[in-house]
Amino acid sequence: MSSAPLLEVRGLNAWYGESHVLHGVDLDIREGETVTLLGRNGAGKTTTLRAIMGILRRREGVIRLRGRDLLGLPLHKVAKAGLGYVPEERGIFASLNVSENLMLPPTVAEGGMSVEEIYTLFPNLHERRSSQGTKLSGGEQQMLAIARVLRTGAKIILLDEPTEGLAPVIVQRIGDVLVELKKRGMTILLVEQNFRFARKVADRFYLMEDGRMVNAFPGHELDARMDELHEVLGV
Amino acid sequence: MSTIFGVPAPALYGQILIGLINGSFYAMLSLGLAVIFGLLRIINFAHGAQYMLGAFAAYLLLSYAGIGYWLALVLAPLIVGAVAVVIERTMLSRLYGIDPLYGLLLTFGLALILEGAFRYWFGAAGQPYAAPAQLTGALNLGFMFMPIYRGWVVVASLVICLGTWLLIEKTRLGAYLRAATENATLVQAFGVNVPLLLTLTYGLGAALAALAGVLAAPIYQVSPLMGSNLIIIVFAVVVVGGMGSILGAIVTGYVLGVLEGLTKVFYPEASSIVIFVIMAIVLLVRPAGLFGREE
Repeated sequence: MSSAPLLEVRGLNAWYGESHVLHGVDLDIREGETVTLLGRNGAGKTTTLRAIMGILRRREGVIRLRGRDLLGLPLHKVAKAGLGYVPEERGIFASLNVSENLMLPPTVAEGGMSVEEIYTLFPNLHERRSSQGTKLSGGEQQMLAIARVLRTGAKIILLDEPTEGLAPVIVQRIGDVLVELKKRGMTILLVEQNFRFARKVADRFYLMEDGRMVNAFPGHELDARMDELHEVLGV
Repeated sequence: MSTIFGVPAPALYGQILIGLINGSFYAMLSLGLAVIFGLLRIINFAHGAQYMLGAFAAYLLLSYAGIGYWLALVLAPLIVGAVAVVIERTMLSRLYGIDPLYGLLLTFGLALILEGAFRYWFGAAGQPYAAPAQLTGALNLGFMFMPIYRGWVVVASLVICLGTWLLIEKTRLGAYLRAATENATLVQAFGVNVPLLLTLTYGLGAALAALAGVLAAPIYQVSPLMGSNLIIIVFAVVVVGGMGSILGAIVTGYVLGVLEGLTKVFYPEASSIVIFVIMAIVLLVRPAGLFGREE
């Protein structure tokens, strides 16, 4: 708990139209950490990511990246501040081929992976680089969605349910990729329903319920808290 | 004299050429409309007026500043594009995300104001605009005589359409445009300045219309209503090609131009409605248009 957090969220409230969906969310991520948001469907995990990115515009509270306020920035300046977003629906563009999808997000900082490194990490993408983006399998689309933000030099990636709907062998592969990213010092905010997957990579967990943070604990306490989690998550 | 299906061959070739020329303008105008609609979701009813402004810009540059055709080909699109950028920033940008009907009404109103103002200043009659000296005269193709200026228009429009297509399909800017057409929010979340992209796209679409207007000036004369005569057909072309489809707009523009020309030869009575009949059939069979993606 020594170093100042890289990303700091304080008292974040957010609204979809008239409906108040986040209630005073607090969240810290330090450099190089992987933090996982757990919670049931509708608990506000995806909404938290969308509010941090600024896709959800009606917000109050504090979102700071390295002390810099993100709340007042227009949407396209948030990525430039160093956030990379991998949306739940993956967001692969049908009118772009794999290579164009990969090259789409503008570089935001030095130190992103080179295209060669990315193709070494994801050989499938190299093989299919001329295919239409949406012709890829679900797992390949997920890899492309992750690969796309690794190129930009983003300091933190916000990863929304990367394993959703994927076969166990692909989930395994994505887990390996996250472990590799962690080794390289990447900071990751992960939303995941599957905490058996998340335990492999997460340093800390936050538990959300009804748009609020209800608990936070370090990764090694996960096993001891299984019963509690089963109850809250209903799994 | 040789005949084809009972029609004298020169008459047939002549109408095909006229069809190709009309098709060139259909293609250039529907291309701009399709690009604007694809990204901005605005049905740009001012497109015909922007085409007319391009022709008038060339006419006024020549009359008042002595600036000739070749320079006008560059300046008129820049002027009209700049006007369009101001319109987008001050008016159209307020209408994004709400019912497309508002954008249609706004641009329709702008077209009426522009055309009314130019009719007030210059009268409804056309002003002549001479083709440049280098492009006057006719070429003997062996089977027919072709006015050089008309050949130039067909070639220039093909180059313009191909250039625009390459810009959209093969460049980074084009990739932003295609991606933003699918999901503008996500493209902006990646750090692309999408509001600027929208402004540039509207400016580019209007500049294309103005460029077509300059090319048209020596053929059709420069008149305040030249755009409104054409725009209804161009809308039909866009519907047949598929709203938002770039390639569809280009191919459909030329094909319908030629079909219209052929109808003038074989069944002249139908020539003014043939495009709308085709539109009705396409809407029945493929509501998304020939090149459109079903949603």
